[in-house]
Amino acid sequence: MPLLELRDLTLRFGGVTALAGLDMEVRRGELLALIGPNGAGKTSVLNCISGLCRPGSGTITLHGRDGERHALHRLPPHRIAALGVARTFQNIELFRHMTVLENLMLGRHLHMRGGVLAGGAYLGRQRRREIEQRRQVEEVIDFMNLEPLRNQVVGQLAYGAQRLVEMARALTLDPALLLLDEPTAGMNAEEKESMARFILDLHEERGIAVLVIDHDIDVIMDIADRVVVLDFGRRIGEGAPAEVRADRAVIDAYLGRAPNGAGD
Amino acid sequence: MNRMRYECGVFHTRYASEMGLRPRPLQRIRLVLIAAAIVVYPFVANGYWLDLANQVAIATVGAIGLNILVGYTGQISLGQGAFMAIGAYSAGLLTLQAGLPWAVGIPVACCITAAAGAFFGLPSLRLKGLYLAIATLAAQEIVEWLMTHWTWLTGGTEALVLAAPRLFGARMNSPFVFYWLGAALAAGTALFAANLFRSRMGRAFVAVRDQDIAASVIGVDVARTKLLAFATSSFLVGLAGAMIAFYRNIVSWERFTLETSVVYLAMIIVGGLGSVRGSFLGAALITLLPALINNVGRAVQETAPQAAGLLPHVQHAVFGLVIIVFLIFEPRGLSKLWGNVKDYFHVWPFAYRKG
Repeated sequence: MPLLELRDLTLRFGGVTALAGLDMEVRRGELLALIGPNGAGKTSVLNCISGLCRPGSGTITLHGRDGERHALHRLPPHRIAALGVARTFQNIELFRHMTVLENLMLGRHLHMRGGVLAGGAYLGRQRRREIEQRRQVEEVIDFMNLEPLRNQVVGQLAYGAQRLVEMARALTLDPALLLLDEPTAGMNAEEKESMARFILDLHEERGIAVLVIDHDIDVIMDIADRVVVLDFGRRIGEGAPAEVRADRAVIDAYLGRAPNGAGD
Repeated sequence: MNRMRYECGVFHTRYASEMGLRPRPLQRIRLVLIAAAIVVYPFVANGYWLDLANQVAIATVGAIGLNILVGYTGQISLGQGAFMAIGAYSAGLLTLQAGLPWAVGIPVACCITAAAGAFFGLPSLRLKGLYLAIATLAAQEIVEWLMTHWTWLTGGTEALVLAAPRLFGARMNSPFVFYWLGAALAAGTALFAANLFRSRMGRAFVAVRDQDIAASVIGVDVARTKLLAFATSSFLVGLAGAMIAFYRNIVSWERFTLETSVVYLAMIIVGGLGSVRGSFLGAALITLLPALINNVGRAVQETAPQAAGLLPHVQHAVFGLVIIVFLIFEPRGLSKLWGNVKDYFHVWPFAYRKG
């Protein structure tokens, strides 16, 4: 049974059809890459899964840890997060005026309790809750090597560091499924490599299923278990990286030919 | 011992000690000094300065309340005057008509204001920024209209006159007696807000301000959080209104007009948005500035009598000037200025600043 099933998903913005009857699935514990030309609908898929866009028709079903089926296309974003779906954004969306630590503590929002009164009083119980969650956050900080940045305000960090913090924040949610929207965009080769390493590590060590969008085809081919190719809101190819790379339709739509027809 | 003694090398070995409100030894010493000053002040100040201190205490409670909504949660509100009015009228009517003791009337009035705040916060679920500001302006206008036209309840344009309640056997509206209540409530409000923003729900408020979409995908219920911010803010603003009612013994609509809303916004902008310390500093500055100008005017009166006539105009002009100067030179307000001073001593004798 797959972790996540998308069936006949359609999303329109006015006259533009972003997704046209898309079928795909994310299997339990796999690292799935979603590729395709600009405007193919990749980010729209992520937005539908995380509840930021409501699909016009079609279903998104998550087979939860509790064995239940959840219809994500009917839930608001915070409920979807509570089911263990975390994500990052193409244009880093961090809480700019907060420190790295506070950003990551927000990732624990769902895992802790305490309302306005408990927080304002900050008596023993709430204090223990905060400290307990701090321990969890420190594990992620350790995992992502963010110790030196812990108390820095996020808005002042370098671009690459912000990407790592955003991924760390998604990790503190303790997700079953992690959606990464172009995690290596705007990075140099070295940063890309370390990001790819982090993605592999969290996938392997923590057993998190990952759905990653990226334009760096070499990174994708290196790390993905499986690749789905989109064009015009439809799936035009699917399979292991090597298969997709050799697929005629995929080459025509996205990968292109090597010079002198060497790709044939 | 969990930490070394001096500022330059405080090493925490436990999360509990690092996550404290005042983690450094010097901060604790300062806290004790401030507390001592608050206790000594009423014994050395005369009635005039005590009255000003009480006004600052009330404004601090109101400004912290507004800052929770505007500065921390990013929901611009022009309804401050309305919410203070609801707190003041509720507290007044509950004690006057329903005969509740003031110690019960005040918290009930705060809860009523919190409910009203959450109700008038409903537009925030659809509107942001300036559009929301206009929606809260509607709240202000509606409450102003109710105050002046709902005559059988509020007495209309006639002021509501309360019987002076007693605190420890003395009349509460005497500046010396009210001072203790005012100082305690202001300090309590500040502690509450400081605690709130180092805990789960407070972080969610700030997350909604900084990036509401990101907040929703990490599991913050944005709609609920916004309404909660309106309720929390209004609770404290209602408290400020109730304090005015019992301090002045009179509740009159003229105290709670749109101008009040604007003055409170000025307090938190000048003081520093999203800062408890800034709320206090802004409240103090905006409350004391007119008094200061008055005093200067009186001093000038003897040497230049013709200048004294200009005094009311000067007051308005200086008020505007202060806000403009802050917006240009220190948008993060008095709180940031104070922070700069602290940083200077923090790293002295070295010149660089932390952060």
